[in-house]
Amino acid sequence: MSLADGVRLALRALAANKLRTSLTVLGMVIGVAAVIALMSLGAGAQASIEANIRGTGSNLLFISPGVQSATGGRFVDVSATSPTLTLADAEAIRDAAIPGIVDIAPTRNTNASLVAGGNAFSTQIIGVTPSYAEVRTFQPQAGRFITDDDLRRRARVIALGQTIATELFPGQNPIGATLRLNNQTFTVIAVMEESGQATFQSRDNQALVPLTTLQTRISPSRTLAGDDIVSEISVTLADEDEATIEAVTNEVSALLRLRHDVTEDDFTIRTQQDIIEALGEVTGTLTLFLGAIAGISLLVGGIGIMNIMLVSVTERTREIGIRKAIGARRRDILVQFLIEAVLVSLGGGIAGAVIGGLLATYMGGVSFGGRSLEGALTPEPVILALAVSVAIGLVFGIYPANRAARLRPIEALRYE
Amino acid sequence: MESGSQENGNATPVVRVQDLVKTYHMGLIDVHALRGVSFDIGKGEIVAIMGHSGSGKSTLLNLLGCLDAPTAGSYFLDGELVGDLSDDALAAIRNRKIGFVFQSFNLLARMSALEQVEMPLLYARDRQRRQRAEEALAVVGLEDRMHHKPSELSGGQQQRVAIARALVGNPSMVLADEPTGNLDTATANEIMELLVLLNEERRITTLIVTHEADVAARTQRVIRMVDGAVAADDLTARAESGV
Repeated sequence: MSLADGVRLALRALAANKLRTSLTVLGMVIGVAAVIALMSLGAGAQASIEANIRGTGSNLLFISPGVQSATGGRFVDVSATSPTLTLADAEAIRDAAIPGIVDIAPTRNTNASLVAGGNAFSTQIIGVTPSYAEVRTFQPQAGRFITDDDLRRRARVIALGQTIATELFPGQNPIGATLRLNNQTFTVIAVMEESGQATFQSRDNQALVPLTTLQTRISPSRTLAGDDIVSEISVTLADEDEATIEAVTNEVSALLRLRHDVTEDDFTIRTQQDIIEALGEVTGTLTLFLGAIAGISLLVGGIGIMNIMLVSVTERTREIGIRKAIGARRRDILVQFLIEAVLVSLGGGIAGAVIGGLLATYMGGVSFGGRSLEGALTPEPVILALAVSVAIGLVFGIYPANRAARLRPIEALRYE
Repeated sequence: MESGSQENGNATPVVRVQDLVKTYHMGLIDVHALRGVSFDIGKGEIVAIMGHSGSGKSTLLNLLGCLDAPTAGSYFLDGELVGDLSDDALAAIRNRKIGFVFQSFNLLARMSALEQVEMPLLYARDRQRRQRAEEALAVVGLEDRMHHKPSELSGGQQQRVAIARALVGNPSMVLADEPTGNLDTATANEIMELLVLLNEERRITTLIVTHEADVAARTQRVIRMVDGAVAADDLTARAESGV
């Protein structure tokens, strides 16, 4: 029997029991659609996180105090116990004029409450220098950014993220307005552009003040030697070449080791790529986990196929007997039933891929808890789902098909 | 003496069974369905196998139809020993050499008459199966019912489809198991006439298992089975009168 004949026979048999076939196909459709929709959403989340990180500048190095876990992926920030990065370090890096470095931006973070009128907002306050806007590609949407003059005067000025601005000054223009921070009056000089969700916290929830103002007026923090402590130093590079990154990393490391008088690094230099990879691992695991959960429904679909094929073999015992009596070999019967199983699972797979793709596309516009999900329909999960559904048809179809093929013709013919 | 007749090509019997024994093991009891059966059936013969239920005629039919293997003894079909063959080898023999006609027709409900008749050729991978199936249906007089399903055909027509299906692969013999058992007398007569006609005009070797004397009377030879052995093997009056 040729394959075309086999497919024709199988379609006839499946069409003879339309309701049963549709229900079995439905089991596969749900499984495959769930796998594709969930994996697409996972991939979408990954892509949007990556895009956000890249959006903050793709040729950046981040120097932070403390040593990061060597296992990679996890950022164990030990800066609280050994604050080893200072403003003087930042100035030294700038003054060293290391080739490949375009600009640097030291920052220090603290948490505080902002109060304006009857509204309050607890958030992260970042002390920055004027270079921050360029280095981190985060520009004011309205107003002006922090200037060298602000820095020198330790001015009580503040630039607000979009979310804070609308929370504190609903329906008003915040530029020029004042707010209270640690019982001091600050003047709003800028509302920053919308940045969307960055990695773990949105920059729209952050407020920026001059670094010197943070150090002296909000949260002074000095080393024993009297140097101002910074949380992080961002470094912009001239380009994204591996060679540039490595050269700058080496030079900066040597300089900082010398300044700190240590042989082992007491700081960590990460590239943008390091962060993307580390987060990629997290979201990749998440995607896989979602896929595995959806995979369970695929498995259930497969069991449904096996179940219905077993019923079908029993029902068609006499047909099998007739076919064998007139000359069907074991393989002919095996192939006939296997094709039926694979057609059901593949049919479910194709329909499921279409529905899953639509789900992924439309769920992209839906937002959950203020975060919009982004679906990224890539060919991989579709190909995977189709291949898996064929495999499921084969795996779950082989047992019933083999049972049919092994039936003895005399007994099968006698079956009522 | 048997080897003598085999050397002569023309006289090679279609069926030669020698001391055929079939024993079923039912738990602790052995049931001796066949206790040593021997006979030859020559090309173009039409033979009835008669016997009461339990006489072993169904067992004999299963063995002759290559649906089952004997416990002992040998079976030559077209001069070839059908021995300890695999399931698939037996399937191939059934496909090429044997055409079955059953009491209950054994047609597939979903298929048209044409498709039923094409089926043996499907397993033989015959490319001209449509044309050959149409010819076979014409032989049994159903050329205008080719696209009807079994539910749209009368009992006699269904059995004609089954006969066409048995003939289409040009088998060495047709094995008919109570072919008229489910039919009324008039239709049964028609079917017997068709089988006899096919035997006379096309020299199709035909074995009919039956317990009806008037069916047996229309053949040339009757093998009577009693308790798993051949009790009598005689030419019928029809054969002796040369009709």
